[in-house]
Amino acid sequence: MTSPLLSVENLRVSFPTHTGRVEVVKGLTFTLGRERLGIVGESGSGKSMTGRSILKLIRKPGQVTADRLEFDGIDILSQSEKQMRAIRGARISMVMQDPKFSLNPVMTVGEQIAEALVTHQKLPRRDVQARIIEMLHAVRINDPERVAKLYPHEVSGGMGQRIMIAMMLIPEPELLIADEPTSALDVSVQAQVLDIIDELVRNKGMGLILISHDLNLVSRYCDRILVMNAGQVVEECAAGQLENAQHPYTKGLLAAMPVINETRDELPVLDRTQWAGT
Amino acid sequence: MAIDQQSASPEPAPGYAGKRLVRGFSTTGGFVVTLFLTFLGLLAITFFIGRVIPIDPVLAVVGDRATQEQYDVAKIAMGLDRPLWMQFIAYVGNVFTGDLGMSVSTGRPVIEDLSRFFPATFEMATLGILIGCALGIPLGVTAAARQGSWLDQAIRVVGLLGYSVPAFWLGLVGLALFYARLRWVGGPGRLDIFYDGLVEPVTGMILVDSLLRGEIDIFWNAVSHIILPAAVLGFFSLAYIARMTRSFMLDQLSQEFVTTARVKGVPERVVIWRHAFNPIRVPLITVIGLSYAGLLEGSVMIETVFSWPGIGNYLTTALLNADMNAVLGATLVIGAVFIVINKISDVLYRVLDPRAR
Repeated sequence: MTSPLLSVENLRVSFPTHTGRVEVVKGLTFTLGRERLGIVGESGSGKSMTGRSILKLIRKPGQVTADRLEFDGIDILSQSEKQMRAIRGARISMVMQDPKFSLNPVMTVGEQIAEALVTHQKLPRRDVQARIIEMLHAVRINDPERVAKLYPHEVSGGMGQRIMIAMMLIPEPELLIADEPTSALDVSVQAQVLDIIDELVRNKGMGLILISHDLNLVSRYCDRILVMNAGQVVEECAAGQLENAQHPYTKGLLAAMPVINETRDELPVLDRTQWAGT
Repeated sequence: MAIDQQSASPEPAPGYAGKRLVRGFSTTGGFVVTLFLTFLGLLAITFFIGRVIPIDPVLAVVGDRATQEQYDVAKIAMGLDRPLWMQFIAYVGNVFTGDLGMSVSTGRPVIEDLSRFFPATFEMATLGILIGCALGIPLGVTAAARQGSWLDQAIRVVGLLGYSVPAFWLGLVGLALFYARLRWVGGPGRLDIFYDGLVEPVTGMILVDSLLRGEIDIFWNAVSHIILPAAVLGFFSLAYIARMTRSFMLDQLSQEFVTTARVKGVPERVVIWRHAFNPIRVPLITVIGLSYAGLLEGSVMIETVFSWPGIGNYLTTALLNADMNAVLGATLVIGAVFIVINKISDVLYRVLDPRAR
């Protein structure tokens, strides 16, 4: 691996509360090349906050600190808002969780995708249109001309998420953060959406951070996995090595997954005593 | 199906909103019919209220010294001996032929009075709501975009003042300062006395009429008279509109699709106006429509302070004189204004919100 696409060292995200600042990400360290990294963890483990802090999208009063947060040699934390805007979308992009809420309800699909493109590239109108159609094709939408004129409430969840992917990939970023891209979708379309992300990411040689709470899903689509709990990485391993996991938390998570053709009276519950009070 | 038709047409031209407007009207399906029915309901309500209140319209005409014979003759002449439903039908017939009866207090037909008083209110209210929107919306958006900043605090104080300052006080202080002291604006009334009656009324709105006649000096004189009361009215709607805009915007700015826009690298100004503001246009129209309708009702306070011959003044005077024809007529006009504004908002909803189509 040559110089990493993204290197994160001691990333901390905190929010003020009535009882003082609470850290939701506590010293996260990892590097990412042009590979597929999965971040797994339960709700509130800081996965999404990690994704958003890479885009510098943590709004005040939230606070992000890190010894190092570099994307392709650029120190993210020292970038101005204006400099960040040139990076967001164009170089790092993010697919959000639920297309019902993450697409603008009063703009057509085509307008929203076009916006993602023309924000970063000045193109003649006809070229923009052609790129949109091409991109919608790439996310396996039949009849893209028709879909481009629809409003988000007129498309299904699975199609909405494919539109989201098209919108986020059209400026050809180098890193895609997929923040629980399938949690809001039917199981039947989850695989389809992930296959599309996988295919496009591989073809374009991009880096991918797949954030999820689904261990199986992540091990299927990623090269490497970070297991997060309470704001910290508890385990880092290659996707194939998951069954050799060392940390009790990871082991607990794996044990809690039912296996087909198996009879267990009760699935084990995580022993949470050591995290009590967090 | 509508979707298929849409896709059959070539790509949307920039003037797409115009097409939406037409469709907005046609999909309302019997727009005129609903308008008519609502108006009929309004007529029924005003009519029966007019009949149940304990004021004898005959007595108001013949005076309290009339003999019983005179009273009976007048009662029959006014058609009040007939059953209520026949009276109602006659009333509806009269209204649709433009006959609202005579006003006892002014001695003129009510319709004529209304055509003199309502344009004065209309002119002032329209200018007021324009001022309110032009300042209130940007203020509300700015406050929301910079939530918690000193600017936000200042705008919230303005909003609070708009709720708590009495209209007559603000009007009087405005007159004392800008008219009496600084001489920046004209005083009470719609025109200076030597311009009065020089313009033949066409619409009844002096600003429009003077321009139609090409009387520029009369126009500017009318502007100098209307600007202060309209600004006072505008201030109150500004305060309301700014507060509502701020809260709608805060709601939108926390939505996921606003984050999506930021992820795309869209400039903050575009995030705010295109992504957060566009979806709130529909609720804002409701707020502005209600606010405008409220102004068109005529503000008795403002009209009294500024000697403005508006509908609020007319209605109040009529009420105090038990002038039922005038009261019913003015109530009808105000009700009709509400109906029309509601209908306009309905159509605008469909134009502005794809989900409502």
